[in-house]
Amino acid sequence: MHSEARASTGLKIGAVAGLLFLHLPILLIFLYAFTTEERTYQFPPPGLTTEWFAVAWHREDIWPPLYLSLKVAAVSTALAMILGTLIAAAMARSRFFGREQIALLIILPIALPGVITGMSLRSAFAVMDIPFSTFTIVLGHATFCIVIVYNNAVARFRRLSGAVFEASADLGANGFQTLRYVLLPNLGSALLAGGMLAFALSFDEVIVTTFTAGQQSTLPIWMLNELVRPRQRPVTNVVAIVVFATTFVPILLAYYLTRGGSETAGGGK
Amino acid sequence: MTGTSAILPERGLADRLSTLFWRRPKLLLLLLISPPLLWLGIVYLGSLAALLLQSFYSIDEFSGVVKEEFTLKTYGELFRAANMDIIIRTLVMSATVTITSAFVAFPIAYYAARYARGRWKAVFYLGIMLPLWSSYLVKVYAWKLILAKEGIITWAAEGIGAGFLLDAVLSLPWVGGNSLSTSFIGTWLVFVYVWMPFMILPMQASLERVPLSMLEASADLGASRRQTFRTVVLPLAMPGVIAGSIFTFSLTMGDYIIPQIVGTSARFIGQAVYQFQGTAGNIPLAAAFAMVPILIMLVYLALAKRGGAFDAL
Repeated sequence: MHSEARASTGLKIGAVAGLLFLHLPILLIFLYAFTTEERTYQFPPPGLTTEWFAVAWHREDIWPPLYLSLKVAAVSTALAMILGTLIAAAMARSRFFGREQIALLIILPIALPGVITGMSLRSAFAVMDIPFSTFTIVLGHATFCIVIVYNNAVARFRRLSGAVFEASADLGANGFQTLRYVLLPNLGSALLAGGMLAFALSFDEVIVTTFTAGQQSTLPIWMLNELVRPRQRPVTNVVAIVVFATTFVPILLAYYLTRGGSETAGGGK
Repeated sequence: MTGTSAILPERGLADRLSTLFWRRPKLLLLLLISPPLLWLGIVYLGSLAALLLQSFYSIDEFSGVVKEEFTLKTYGELFRAANMDIIIRTLVMSATVTITSAFVAFPIAYYAARYARGRWKAVFYLGIMLPLWSSYLVKVYAWKLILAKEGIITWAAEGIGAGFLLDAVLSLPWVGGNSLSTSFIGTWLVFVYVWMPFMILPMQASLERVPLSMLEASADLGASRRQTFRTVVLPLAMPGVIAGSIFTFSLTMGDYIIPQIVGTSARFIGQAVYQFQGTAGNIPLAAAFAMVPILIMLVYLALAKRGGAFDAL
């Protein structure tokens, strides 16, 4: 029988090799954080040391970008969660004129390359003489984070049956009580997952940010400068590990929060 | 319990508002949708409009000041030989990256869709999702380490006695270079690595929708594995491939960080945009350059729509 239940060897090799290709390179970042060689990317490392973690800790120029990145990610995520949830609530439960166009508008900020979003914002700031500030960074980040929250929330809204809202109303709850006791508890984990993904995306974003930050430096911009003009290379690796962990953990949590549903988080980056 | 009505009495503002929203669902819809729409409309569409506007301005060659008058001069500059080179280079790279990504992504998507079950399904899901979401810069940096002249690839190639092969590849005209991290081959590898995961998910989605009964029918009619794959699976998976190619193509076309860190000094569209708005202070030309990917993507999307790619998203 040809409608095979088992994969051919070639397919298995291709799939596994593909996954290894996706995962192995990251491991090198970890290895190089411990190397004793600070001027080149020599492999294998001539020796191993843990001193770079202490060096990175005491480097004064790392902390302000870290704080700025955390601040921007927190504010953008909060904004995106509010706006994303509102639009998901509107889109999930009704049909109206222009709905398709709105759906397109929501995904456009991540469908078009980041350089376009960045350059557009930059043009707008130039036209309106808006000086660069934390606020200008947040404007960009919140815009492309909305779609992340929206994707997670709208999928959960679709799965929620309208019957629970009717039951709630039949039992005498008003709209706000239904929101508080029925809707939000059901929506909670999807919103949390969306929020964490948005946080990860914002914390790590560099392409749009370079256009909207001016002279300010977020952690990814700090890293980019180090990549272009390296100083202590292993310190960059230590920071890379921090950035990696700060994005990796929320993604994993988001997956476990929404696992098992038809709308597992992360499908819509 | 006499005198109790079936309709509960209103208990204040919250109840009255609930009633109002129930009677007029459009009002609730309007309240829900206006804040996000205002945000996206003003911040995003407004910015795109500003981009379009700036692209019709020009810069005074002597003073370097932006002249806010309508002109097509800035667009005309795109057709200079140096700028056309940038556009063509970017398009060739985007196409090459997209085609390579399709070949690398297909086995992963196919295995995940057809054969991965239970635990393996989760492994594949996370295996695709984590690289997709994990830090962009960290991924690029990892490749800087790998491709460096003194890095792991050179070490491995010399270790297995294939150093001459690496040298041969690097001495190729045009795509070669001093080391992998300063060649187009390097840029291409990193592009594939970073953007390929975006192709897997749409591919997997369309492969999952290929009905098993069709494969059985094909086998019953005497088709070999290869024939079934070529005449049944591949055509049905094509919309997913096209949908995935939208992402890899668009993202490669707009990227300016990767060619800046790994590659030659020859520029791509994204780098041109970044440099013109930054050090050169020529926002109109940067804006005109940024319009190029938008126009190309509009054409691409129109073609993809014909190929049925949107049903696969």
